[in-house]
Formats: sequence, structure tokens, C-alpha cells
Amino acid sequence: MPKDIDAKESGIGAASKRREDIRFLSGTGNYTDDINLNGQAYVHFLRSDVAHGRITSIETAEAAAMPGVLRIFTGADFEGVGSIPCGWQVTDRFGEVMQEPAHPVLAQGKVRHVGDPIAAVVAETAEAARDAAEAIELDIEELPAVVDMKAALAEGAPKVHDDLTSNLCYDWGFVEDNKAAVNAAFEAAAHVTSLELVNNRLVANPMEPRVAVGDFNRATGDSTLYTTSQNPHVIRLLMGAFVLGIPEHKLRVVAPDVGGGFGSKIFHYAEEAFCTFAAKALNRAVKWTSSRSEAFMSDAHGRDHVTKIELALDADNNFTALRTDTLANMGAYLSTFAPSVPTWLHGTLMAGNYKTPLIYVNVKAVFTNTVPVDAYRGAGRPEATFQLERVIDKAALELGVDPIALRRQNFITEFPYATPVAVEYDTGDYVATMDKLEEIADIAGFAARRAESERAGKLRGLGVNCYIEACGIAPSNLVGQLGARAGLYESATVRVNATGGIVVMTGSHSHGQGHETSFPQVIASMIGIDENMVEIEHGDTNNAPMGMGTYGSRSLAVGGSAMVRATEKIIAKAKKIAAHLMEAADADIELKDGQFSVAGTDKSVAWGDVTLAAYVPHNYPLEEIEPGLEETAFYDPSNFTYPSGAYACEVEVDPETGKVSIARFAAADDFGNIVNPMIVDGQVHGGIGQGIGQALLEGCVYDENGQLLSASFMDYAMPRADDVPFYEVDHSCQTPCTHNPLGVKGCGEAGAIGSPPAVVNAVVNALRSAGKDVTHIDMPLSPARVWAAMQG
Amino acid sequence: MYEFEFTRPASVAEAVAALNAEEAQALGGGQTLIPTLKQRLAMPTTLVSLSGVAEMQGIGLQDDGQLVIGGATTHAEVASGAVGTYPALAALAGQIGDPAVRNRGTLGGSLANNDPAACYPAAALGSGATIVTNTREIPADEYFQGMFTTALEEGEIVVSVKFPVPEAANYQKFVQPASRFAMVGVFAARFADGVRVAVTGASEEGVFRWTDAEAALASSFTPDAISALSVDPDGMIGDIHGTKAYRAHLVNVMTRRAVAAAV
Ligand SMILES: Cc1cc2nc3c(=O)[nH]c(=O)nc-3n(C[C@H](O)[C@H](O)[C@H](O)COP(=O)(O)OP(=O)(O)OC[C@H]3O[C@@H](n4cnc5c(N)ncnc54)[C@H](O)[C@@H]3O)c2cc1C
Repeated sequence: MPKDIDAKESGIGAASKRREDIRFLSGTGNYTDDINLNGQAYVHFLRSDVAHGRITSIETAEAAAMPGVLRIFTGADFEGVGSIPCGWQVTDRFGEVMQEPAHPVLAQGKVRHVGDPIAAVVAETAEAARDAAEAIELDIEELPAVVDMKAALAEGAPKVHDDLTSNLCYDWGFVEDNKAAVNAAFEAAAHVTSLELVNNRLVANPMEPRVAVGDFNRATGDSTLYTTSQNPHVIRLLMGAFVLGIPEHKLRVVAPDVGGGFGSKIFHYAEEAFCTFAAKALNRAVKWTSSRSEAFMSDAHGRDHVTKIELALDADNNFTALRTDTLANMGAYLSTFAPSVPTWLHGTLMAGNYKTPLIYVNVKAVFTNTVPVDAYRGAGRPEATFQLERVIDKAALELGVDPIALRRQNFITEFPYATPVAVEYDTGDYVATMDKLEEIADIAGFAARRAESERAGKLRGLGVNCYIEACGIAPSNLVGQLGARAGLYESATVRVNATGGIVVMTGSHSHGQGHETSFPQVIASMIGIDENMVEIEHGDTNNAPMGMGTYGSRSLAVGGSAMVRATEKIIAKAKKIAAHLMEAADADIELKDGQFSVAGTDKSVAWGDVTLAAYVPHNYPLEEIEPGLEETAFYDPSNFTYPSGAYACEVEVDPETGKVSIARFAAADDFGNIVNPMIVDGQVHGGIGQGIGQALLEGCVYDENGQLLSASFMDYAMPRADDVPFYEVDHSCQTPCTHNPLGVKGCGEAGAIGSPPAVVNAVVNALRSAGKDVTHIDMPLSPARVWAAMQG
Repeated sequence: MYEFEFTRPASVAEAVAALNAEEAQALGGGQTLIPTLKQRLAMPTTLVSLSGVAEMQGIGLQDDGQLVIGGATTHAEVASGAVGTYPALAALAGQIGDPAVRNRGTLGGSLANNDPAACYPAAALGSGATIVTNTREIPADEYFQGMFTTALEEGEIVVSVKFPVPEAANYQKFVQPASRFAMVGVFAARFADGVRVAVTGASEEGVFRWTDAEAALASSFTPDAISALSVDPDGMIGDIHGTKAYRAHLVNVMTRRAVAAAV
């Protein structure tokens, strides 16, 4: 696909403007908080202000008598109700399944993190609910909290869950059978580089906080939940089947416009179940809108790994083995996909772009008295990339070799490539992306730029790294073996209307990704019609037959593929109708530019003639085919997709204060085929912004008692426009995916995966240029930390 | 937020009267108070907005050369209105928060609040300003009494502030990465009769004068004059954004930079 984004005007490859942005930017979007139902009541959650404690009494009578209060719910009201389920069951290295604690909608007996909901007041107004919540008399016997993961695993540590044997969720080894061979390779190594590092805990902080509106129709007995979700069908399944016992046909879940998710809106949350439950109990719509403060202590957090990684090299600097030991924080409960993140989304990526033959990954997942931790943009893959790309840079330092050359020397160059960590890369060209990176980042010009910075009293550093990710999540039979409790296909229904316009109902969900623009481009290209004739509907379980939602850079690769399959069925049927209209054989019909023609003749009918015939079947082969033109397809990928790339960051460090500024950032990605290059650029920009946020600014910090210190934007630093540079982004290296019909790989997470190591590598490089013996600094690289590192 | 009454008096006298009521509280730009109310951390029965008090608005030069700024003057107005008369002060105001904060937040509100990381306290103390209230004039040296504590009595209003204009001055702000308040902010001012250096953000006692530096700079107003000086890390703030030692270090760096920029 050409780099020139204006090269095509429409269809696949065109930089079509994002049509949804008009409503997002003009205040006419329909977000969940914009939904207000007749007779709606409001809920306020009373949340724990201690990290760990036993509820000795809750006295609600006085509060319940306050003006406007409809009812106060506590854990006791949810005794017969299911537990918030976990969607993934990991089997540990001894063949045992993980420890899986109950997760009640409202705390029962104990509170386990600051923010754990204890009681819920439903009232006529949000203020009345909050007033009454303050009047609830609550006694909590505070218990010692476990916050640090090592301490949580220590003998005799306080247990987060009394009914579990310890705070260890699982001890996972991957690939367990490789362990002995890996250890032997370390024995034989000419050089071993080892590094201990922290992958900092993050709060996603989408612009739109979470909202849920539960509704109940007494006439039909149907429940509806409007919610800020990346996957309404999944919420319908999890909440309906496991928590509330409502069958799918009596439960509708709608996720309308959603203002960003970044993973945090994948999961099924207690507040969703509460609003649905309370709406039925009270026969009133019940609404909850999270405040930003609540979001900090109730949205699932991300990352929070502590890792030791070791890389073995032979005398020629070939990587011979890799060994890692990771503690992964689960928080107080298992969020929907939490167990999969440090395991299957992390261990399977440890080969990176390199032909390291032997790899062993150990992960211990730990319960602590903190908010649950789950997938956050990249989920597992940033953790893998960060440690690998950091240890390689450290090895280059120790060996005195060029870090780019060391990487190139160890690149995988032949595809398909089966890694020692269970996945097979179908395509890739890591040499090409590195070549492209060196060009667009002007690596050759770095020395001159460093000299210029030096003249201004600044230390300049260059950091380069590669990344690989597994996207297009995921082959259902494979993830089933890995512990997923769901399939990860996608569905699409393509409905062609009589006059030729098309509505696609997709199970993918757009919360900023631009599906409403890019999906129509695909169909427009397939049929040869204007993309404005195609409209995307998503986010409603009443539309698409089923949907696994959007995360893991899966929308176009999986959801788009389902749409292609359904459109192929449409075209096949439309050709039959066209054949009938032109009295020709089906096999002779060609479709081009929205015209059906008979091969070798000048006979043709237009797209609209055929679609009209389908719905006004006066001249129609009714005995052979049904009227109408609507098709559904489910697509289950046969493999993951493997986007890859090479990133370069240049930083300037103020040697007196330790303040880091990003001077340049370049990304050379291979996403396979590109449908909308402008949207791809935007996804990469946003991802890099988040990666820079993680590397320099963001850090979620608890004190030793489990109090959240970074509980607002006053203390949790989000990246802002002036924290990031103008990016140099290229995706002209394209090795199309071999197993999906579009040849696409996914681009949503790449930036967040690929950028943190580049930043840290660059800062270490800058400090070393001033003779500082620094080999690593843990993220976020705040001025204080960088300065401390410089002091030795 | 809890419910409250709202009044918008037109004069200082009316405002003072309104503030006499039980649990009444002054409202400046609301940039600190409104978030506090939203978090239900304060429960005033009446908010007395000072935005309609004409005598608390605006910027003017007095005959004695002091710059007088009304207590209800917004940061944005100071940022643009003091450029010609007191550029260091204008620049400081222009670095507070973001445009929305600057368009609402007021000088009087900032000084009354005396947040240990706020910018204006450094300017007032560094300039040797006088805080003029409805009852008296308070020298800056007596006004700031530790984090969130001032000499103001209950119901007392900051009507205006008189700033002596130095020969040279500069404010250097090293931002806390999340809030972008001052992690360390240093206001250095050279007057004909001496030098004042006021430090905000750093100390557990709130804004303070770094007298060692003032003495050294009085004999030589150059960054080098204070290279070897340091503040005691002991009294500095240590938190998730930086240790006491780091803040103590920044005090020196920011002071040198302020002096360099002021010369
Ligand atoms: C996002 C954000 C960023 C910010 N960044 C900075 C920054 O970088 N640097 C900085 O210095 N500040 C910063 N602030 C604070 C801002 O400057 C506030 O405007 C200021 O602290 C308070 O002024 P106000 O007029 O808004 O006062 P209010 O919030 O209205 O009142 C604050 C307190 O002062 C009292 N009060 C108000 N006016 C008077 C008066 N005239 N006399 C007596 N008492 C009065 C009130 O009763 C209240 O107790 C920031 C604020 C926000 C929201």
C-alpha cells in the first residue's frame, strides 16, 4: 500500500476521513451518560476506604428513611446471586487449575481493596443517594493488608481470601518441558545478561468514565443494560448466565458511543450487574455514573509485573536461551481476562523478533489488597516486549556491541517460523522494518544531533527496539486449550436494502477505533460502490447475532474478516439474481464498479437493479433462491496475526533536574495490508502516546496499607500534548497476513507495545553518554528517578 | 456537593457582611473551592462570590511605584495586564494551571488558600508584597504561616495586593508531573536595597524565604554565587513525585536559573 495517504480516494487504501468524528467532536454523540430513561433512579455506591477489613455491622435503617431514598442494598441482598465470573482459567505448571476466589457484586463479610463496593443506595437523585450513603453506619474491623507481591507470597502473610490456601493464584511455567534444556543452555553460555525490572501499574483513564443504566420492562419481563463496554455480547453472556441468571433472549446489552476503553471496558463489572438487578427489584431504571475518583479505585488497572529476565548468548553473540521469572499482580479479585494476561498473552511473545531457540517463562500470579488488574492496551505483550528489549540493550552494553547490530544478528528471517513458545509467525520482515526505521529516524544523523544538544547543556540519547505482537485474537480451538472459557471468533450480518444501501451489524465494537469509516471501505471495494452507501451498526446485542468485541487488535482481522465472508455470500447471491435478470449463467457474471456484467458481452445490470429485484421479486428465480439480500457469517481465525516493527526514540535529559523530553520518535511498523492509512497513523500515534505515558509519567502507587496514593489526576500523571513530539510513522513495510481474507494484522496496540523500551533505552543511553554507570531505571522515568539514577 | 446559598455582593462592605453569616465562605474563581465542594470536603451554607466586587478588580500602578492588583483579578488578567509593569509576575501568572484555570482563578483566592505548591505565594513573598484586607495591611513576611495557613482571620477578605516592583526578577517553576503545580518554584527578585528569594512547592512549611541565598546574592547577583549553597532536605516535602533530597537539590537549581534569567 502506498505511503502517500491521498493516493486513493475511496475504498481499501484510502485515507477516508473518520465520519464518526463529526458527532464526537460536535457534542452530538450518544454516550451512555446521555441515556436517561423515564422514571430513572440513581445509585451511589458506598465503597471501602480501607484495603482489607471485616464488616462487623452495616446499619442502613436511618439512611433508608432519608428523603428520596428508594432502597439500600448490601451484600446480603446478593446472597443468592452469582459471583462476577472470570473468563479464563489458567492451569499451573503442576497441572492444577488456578485458585479462583468468589467476587460478590457487593462485599460479603470482607472488603478487599480500597474502593470495594459495600452498599448501594438507590434514590430519586444522585445527590440524595450520596447523602444517604454518608448516613450508613458502617463498622469495619481493619485487617493487615498485603500490597507488595513478594510480601503477599511470604509464609504467614495475611490472606486476601480466607478460603484460598494462600495469595498465590497460580504458578505457571512455560514451556515447562523446556525448563531443563533452558537451564543447561545457561550453564553453557559464553555470556549471561540479567535484569530485574518493574512493569509499572497503570490506570487506563479513558476520557469517558464508566456508566451503567439498568432497565426492566415489567410487561415483557425483559432486562436491558446500557453500559460503557467494548463487548456488549460478552457482558450479556457473563452477567446473564453467571451472575443474574437471565437468558440471552430476555436480556439486551447496549454499548452506544464509548469514549475510549483501552482494555478497561472489556471486563464485566459489579456495577453493571447491580444496575440490572436493582432495576428489576425496584421496577425503575437505575443509573450509575462513575466519578473520576471512583474510576481510579474501581476500573481494572493494568500491568504491574515484577520480572527478572536472563538472556544467554554464545561466544558469537547469538541468543541461546532466555529465562524469566515474573510476579504478576491480580489485585483482590480475578477480573474477566486477568489470568490470561501474564500467561498466554505474555509468555507466548517472549521470543520477540529473535530466533532464541530455548525459552522458559515462569509467572506467579498474586492476590493483593488492591484493585483488580487486567488487560490494558497491549495486555501481556508490552510486558514481554519491555523486558526482552531492555535485556537485549543491556547485553549490548555489557558486550560492547551496537544494539541494533545485535538485534539484526538474531532476527528471525524465515517464515513461517515456529517459536519455542508455542506460536507460529506466519509472515514478517524484521530486516525491512529495521532498515526503514534507520532511514526515517535518521539514525545516521544522531551524532550531530547529540552534539547540538550538548551545546545546549542537554544529554541526548537514542533508544531503538523491536516488537512483535500476537493480534487478531484468537483461534477458538487454541485459546480453548489455553483456558479461555469463550470462543474468540467474530460475527457480522450484512443487510442490503432494496435500494442498494447496506447496513453491517458487527460484533466488533468501536470505542474510538473508527470502524464506522474503515469497515465500509472494505465493502465498498468489494462491490465497487461508494463507501457512503455502507453504514456500520455495533454495540447492541439486538443487532449482530453474537460478538466477542474489540480488544487485542482484533476488529479488522477477525470482525472485518467475518464481514468479508458475509459480503462474499451477498455477492454470490447477487450474481445469481443478476444472471437471472440477464438470462445468463451464474458462472459468467462479473461484478466490477457496482455493475454486474455477462463476460464477453456488453450486457450489464447495476448493483441497485439487483438489490431492488431481491426485494421486489417480480422477475426473480423464486424457485431457486429466496428473496431478500441479507447474510451472516462467523469467522474464526486459524492463527493469531503478528504485527511487528522497529521503534526509535531520541530523548534530551536535563542533567541538573533529570527531566526527560522526547525529542524525536519514529515507528516503522508492518501491519500487513492497510485499509485506511490515516486511521492507522492515528492508532499508532495514540499508542505511542500511551507508551510514552507509561515510560515517563504514569504510575499507580499504593502505600503499605493499601491506600491509593495516586488517586486523582493531581498525582497520577497522564501524558499531555506537550509531552509527546510529532511522530515519524511509516507502515510501508507490508507482509500481509496469510490466513485472513484481508491480509491485515491489526494496529491498535502496536504503539503502546513498542514504545516504552525505546524511551527507556534512550534515557539510559543519554545518561551513559555523560559517563553515568546506569543500566536501568524503572518506569515511570520521572525527573526524580532519573536524577536519583544519575547520583549513583 | 452539599446544598448552599449563593450571593454575589457588589462591594467589599456587602461581602464582609455576607461573610458574617454562620458557615459562609468566600468564593473567588472556585478553582480550588469548587473541586473541594464536589468532593464534599467542605460544607458552607452560603457562598459569597467576590467576582462582582468592582473595587477588587484590576491592576494599577501606585504613585510610590507599587503595583496594586485587586484580590478578585484573574490569573489571565495578570498574565496579560502586568507584562509591561512587572513582567516576572505576569509570566508567573501565565504559568498557573491551564487557560480555564487562569480565566477563573484569582490572586486573592490563591493567596487565601496558600497551597504549599501554589505559585503566587512565591511572588508575594519574593516581592515583599503587602496583602491588603478589608481591615488591615499585612506584610507578606507575616502573612504566610505554613501550608494552607495564613494570617487571615475568619471572614477577612484579600481586597488587593501591593507588589513593590524589583529591578530584576524571575520565577522558575519545576512542575510536578501530574498536577503541574510547582514541585519547586523559586521567585528571585533584586531590589535596590537587597535580594529576596522565595521558594514554593518544596517545604513542609509552605512558601519560605531562602535567606542564605538572599545574602549571597546581595553581594553578587549571579548563579555562581549560590552554587555551593543548599537547603536542608529535612524540612522538604518527600512524596511519590520526589524525595526530600531531590526537592532540596531542585531549590538550588531553580534559584540559579531564576537568577540567570533575571539578570
Ligand atoms: C487544574 C488546576 C491547575 C492549577 N494549577 C495551579 C498552578 O500551577 N499554580 C497555582 O498556583 N495554582 C494552580 N491552581 C490553583 C488556582 O490557581 C486557583 O485558582 C487558586 O488556588 C485559588 O483561587 P480561586 O480564585 O479559584 O479561589 P477559590 O477556589 O474560589 O477559593 C479558594 C479559597 O480561598 C478563599 N478565597 C477566595 N478568594 C478570597 C479572597 N479574595 N479573600 C479571602 N479568601 C478568599 C475561599 O474561601 C477558599 O477558601 C490550579 C487549579 C486547578 C484546578
